[in-house]
Amino acid sequence: MVNKRDNISYSVQDMIKKNKKNKGLHNLVEKLVPIFLFLCAGVSVITTIGILFTLLRESISFFREISFADFYLGTHWSPWTDHFGVAPLIAGTLLITCIAICVALPLGLAAAIYLSEYASENARKVIKPILEILAGIPTVVYGFFALTFVSPMLQYIFTDMRIFNALSAGIVVGIMIIPMIASLSEDAMNAVPNTLRDGALGLGATRFEVATKVVLPAAFSGIVASVVLATSRAIGETMIVTIAAGATPNLTFNPTESIQTLTAFIVQGAKGDTSYLSTIYKSIYAVGITLFIFTLLMNILSQYIARRFKEDY
Amino acid sequence: MHQKVDSSLIKRKVTKNRLFYFIFILATLISLSFLVILIYRILSQGIGYLNIDFLRNFPAPYIDKAGIFAGLMGSIFMIAITAPVSIILGVSTALYLEEYAKDNKFTRFIQVNVQNLAGVPSIVFGLLGLTFFVYIMGFGYTLISGALTMSLLVLPVIVVASQEAIRSVPQELREASIGMGATRWQTIWRIVLPTSIPGIITGSILALSRAIGETAPLIIVGAAAAIYTIPDSFLSRYTVMPIQIYSWTARPQEEWQYVAAAGIIVLLIILLCMNAIAVWIRNKFQKRY
Repeated sequence: MVNKRDNISYSVQDMIKKNKKNKGLHNLVEKLVPIFLFLCAGVSVITTIGILFTLLRESISFFREISFADFYLGTHWSPWTDHFGVAPLIAGTLLITCIAICVALPLGLAAAIYLSEYASENARKVIKPILEILAGIPTVVYGFFALTFVSPMLQYIFTDMRIFNALSAGIVVGIMIIPMIASLSEDAMNAVPNTLRDGALGLGATRFEVATKVVLPAAFSGIVASVVLATSRAIGETMIVTIAAGATPNLTFNPTESIQTLTAFIVQGAKGDTSYLSTIYKSIYAVGITLFIFTLLMNILSQYIARRFKEDY
Repeated sequence: MHQKVDSSLIKRKVTKNRLFYFIFILATLISLSFLVILIYRILSQGIGYLNIDFLRNFPAPYIDKAGIFAGLMGSIFMIAITAPVSIILGVSTALYLEEYAKDNKFTRFIQVNVQNLAGVPSIVFGLLGLTFFVYIMGFGYTLISGALTMSLLVLPVIVVASQEAIRSVPQELREASIGMGATRWQTIWRIVLPTSIPGIITGSILALSRAIGETAPLIIVGAAAAIYTIPDSFLSRYTVMPIQIYSWTARPQEEWQYVAAAGIIVLLIILLCMNAIAVWIRNKFQKRY
């Protein structure tokens, strides 16, 4: 009995001794690790600063050569002949975004209502992941689809339309953002508590009335936030419009024409034999900062709506 | 006294409900049909051009000689650099935010900053890479420029996914570990990380599969289409699968579309495998507390 106790106390003392020997190392690790982790967390901040710095640096030197007014008020974009009016590119981007939202909003919202209000649990479990596959398909594949399938199909309807046009690119951008609207809106609707639904159903409302008069208003902020976020994605989408919308800066709102967006010009400008620090090289940054501001505003708006108008139950 | 129920009103309500039920189902089916049409079109166009030689050949000016080998290897090399860089940075950032950071203004700033980075268009990351990695660091149009640009692009996605995984580790496990005399880092290394690793890996694989499909930023930082060698160092010229597909799609002759479709099949199969692995890991190893 006594022996055993000695044994135990010996081993505990041993452990403490061993522990003390390692304590210096442990303390060092305990002090260094948070510093290392903090530095890693700093990389994301540095990335943001880097984006702002690079965009601003080249844009400012661009605006020394081309005046601010010429850039934002000019209506002729032809950088290889020194015309830097960005309006046609902005018009192209807005046109694509409008078409995309016209496609994605009704389909995405209807799918969200079906999944959240009508579908059985099993159907939801199957359909939602399949729908989300659409969001994981690379954009270059969508571009291929727009050019080789959607455009030729649309040419049956608009017989004089060229193969490169805003309509097919816009429709396919819309298809790409359907799962974003559907999935995020469905999440918002799912967060509406069932007691509200039961209350309305108990008063004799149909499922449709529950969906439109109870769930939609209650989930409104989440739905709007998802649409704004999807809009931001559509504005920043590059490959689909580069492949399918053509490369013709065109101040038009006619969807059957070939156009160019902000993003597509950045690809065109960077891809060619643009020499470092030439005016065209700098112009892709001026276009880039315009695009960045557009999407940043949309993202902030989306977060603001989601937070400001959120209803807690 | 019984109030008379207006039965025609009820009938109208019920019909309307049924009508919209079908409209909603129809919209869902239309959305799903896009996926079916897309997959069907690509398979029917590309399957005839898909063979072993297509996987083994370099890009070529003739359709029957063209292959995706350079792109395939380029994508693998790029991910081999992007994965460690972005996962180490991403998981570390998540650990800092969840385990160490005090709830102050700076922490909230990092958090908001990560969210906003996730919303920045990928092509803007390309511009960052062009200025910073290609010109300021002097890497030029090389593999390392592309891989580092991609690392920054997927970083916010990995941070958010890792944070969610770390947050789902119940507080009691941490308290038990600390109570047993473990230090903070020991608790993280032996308890928090092993418990949250399935979620972290799943999120990372999904983020990296996005990097494999990404095209636009790599065009900006100079991935080229006509590459006839496999990268042998960080400073080699390189190409990746989406760039190859893009260059084939952009050619005016219709036959190249079939080559592009074959390339897309290879790309989609790889993405499908990665997603399947991610889902498998999540279902197999994730515990719910």
